[in-house]
Amino acid sequence: MQGHAHGQEHGHDHDHQVVPSDPALRTKALESLLVEKGLVDPKALDALVDAYENKIGPRNGARIVARAWVDPAYKKRLLADGGAAIAEMGYEGAQGEHMVVVENTPKVHNLVVCTLCSCYPWPVLGLPPVWYKSAPYRSRAVMEPRGVLREFGVEVSEDTEVRVWDSTAEIRYLVLPERPAGTEKLSEEELAALITRDSMIGVDKLTPGAKP
Amino acid sequence: MNGVHDMGGMHGMGPIQHEKNEPVFHAAWEGRVYAINRAIGAWGKWNLDASRHEIERLPPADYLRMSYYEKWLAGRTELLVKHGLVTREEIESGKPAAGSAKATPALTLAGVTAALARGNYRRVDPKAKARFKAGQHVRALNLNPAGHTRLPRYARGKQGVIARHHGIFVFPDTNAHFLGEQPRHLYSVHFAARELWGATASPRDSVFIDMWESYLERL
Repeated sequence: MQGHAHGQEHGHDHDHQVVPSDPALRTKALESLLVEKGLVDPKALDALVDAYENKIGPRNGARIVARAWVDPAYKKRLLADGGAAIAEMGYEGAQGEHMVVVENTPKVHNLVVCTLCSCYPWPVLGLPPVWYKSAPYRSRAVMEPRGVLREFGVEVSEDTEVRVWDSTAEIRYLVLPERPAGTEKLSEEELAALITRDSMIGVDKLTPGAKP
Repeated sequence: MNGVHDMGGMHGMGPIQHEKNEPVFHAAWEGRVYAINRAIGAWGKWNLDASRHEIERLPPADYLRMSYYEKWLAGRTELLVKHGLVTREEIESGKPAAGSAKATPALTLAGVTAALARGNYRRVDPKAKARFKAGQHVRALNLNPAGHTRLPRYARGKQGVIARHHGIFVFPDTNAHFLGEQPRHLYSVHFAARELWGATASPRDSVFIDMWESYLERL
């Protein structure tokens, strides 16, 4: 069965899979075997997919950042004990058990990577984008962070310190981006709408007109 | 293990390909692989470290060629067979062996909400005294274990400073091989970019790496 089930998958240019239909067929076969053996509940699988497609994503992290921007006491708690402050907002679960939040300032720019696999803070950012899991990002972020940032369109001045966080253990890192100038009058909700996923990984700098 | 998964500082991987408005899953099967992983993990037959190590053990050319969820599919299929939840023959035929009993799923629809809210906490009750404290100078040992480790190659033998003590955590190097959790102190260690990469690195830049106590020696 040479597959041509590539129909819905047009329009992205990364090297995503070599034989598109093959893993799709193998996954289908594995799922039906596991269901027949009573090892998985297909409705539980549907609910898990739905959760990560629709509920658990970077909007969660954006709400945390916006809260920290408007509430100095919350920001203090967030930087002192990220896990507890994030749990206050109701975000917990796998790959967010041990959270550390690092703050970007005019003097310090933080960038998060996992060179050994693709560790990422799921409850606050959802599942990682392909580039974060890719060999180019994992190999280069620790060695030439400024070059990587430039590819994302972010220039960091020579006198700014770049700190790269390699997620080698079960600590998960969230970047608290700088609040853009000119946003003093915006509400917490309007601020949250400005905050991009990439800014919370450290590969984006926010500007007042930016769209997530 | 000194595998291709340990990518920090490698050259030749090309530019980063950023996709605008990227979907969570690029095809339905990716979401199914993700969900199957969570559902079969609920059987408790293996742990997170073992599942990471299974992916590291893929042949290097396959590791580099496969997409993320293809690697998950291959790794989890191996774990299912190794831990006796399915047989190789069942994977090949796609059918349960004749006469095999039908189980009740470890994770059912009713359990998903609770499972999503529940983490896999790896910090354990701190009793042992920490050897290091913030500000102390340390060196990452030059360790080259053939099995699982979370000590990246680019940091081995390098000098850094303890930035913070995270507490006592399950040790992946033993846990991945089912040799026990053997918890030990975990630290964030601050390495100057020039220590890691030489004089061409920016004098202002640095990398923070989380390291277990047994990866480190005092200077």
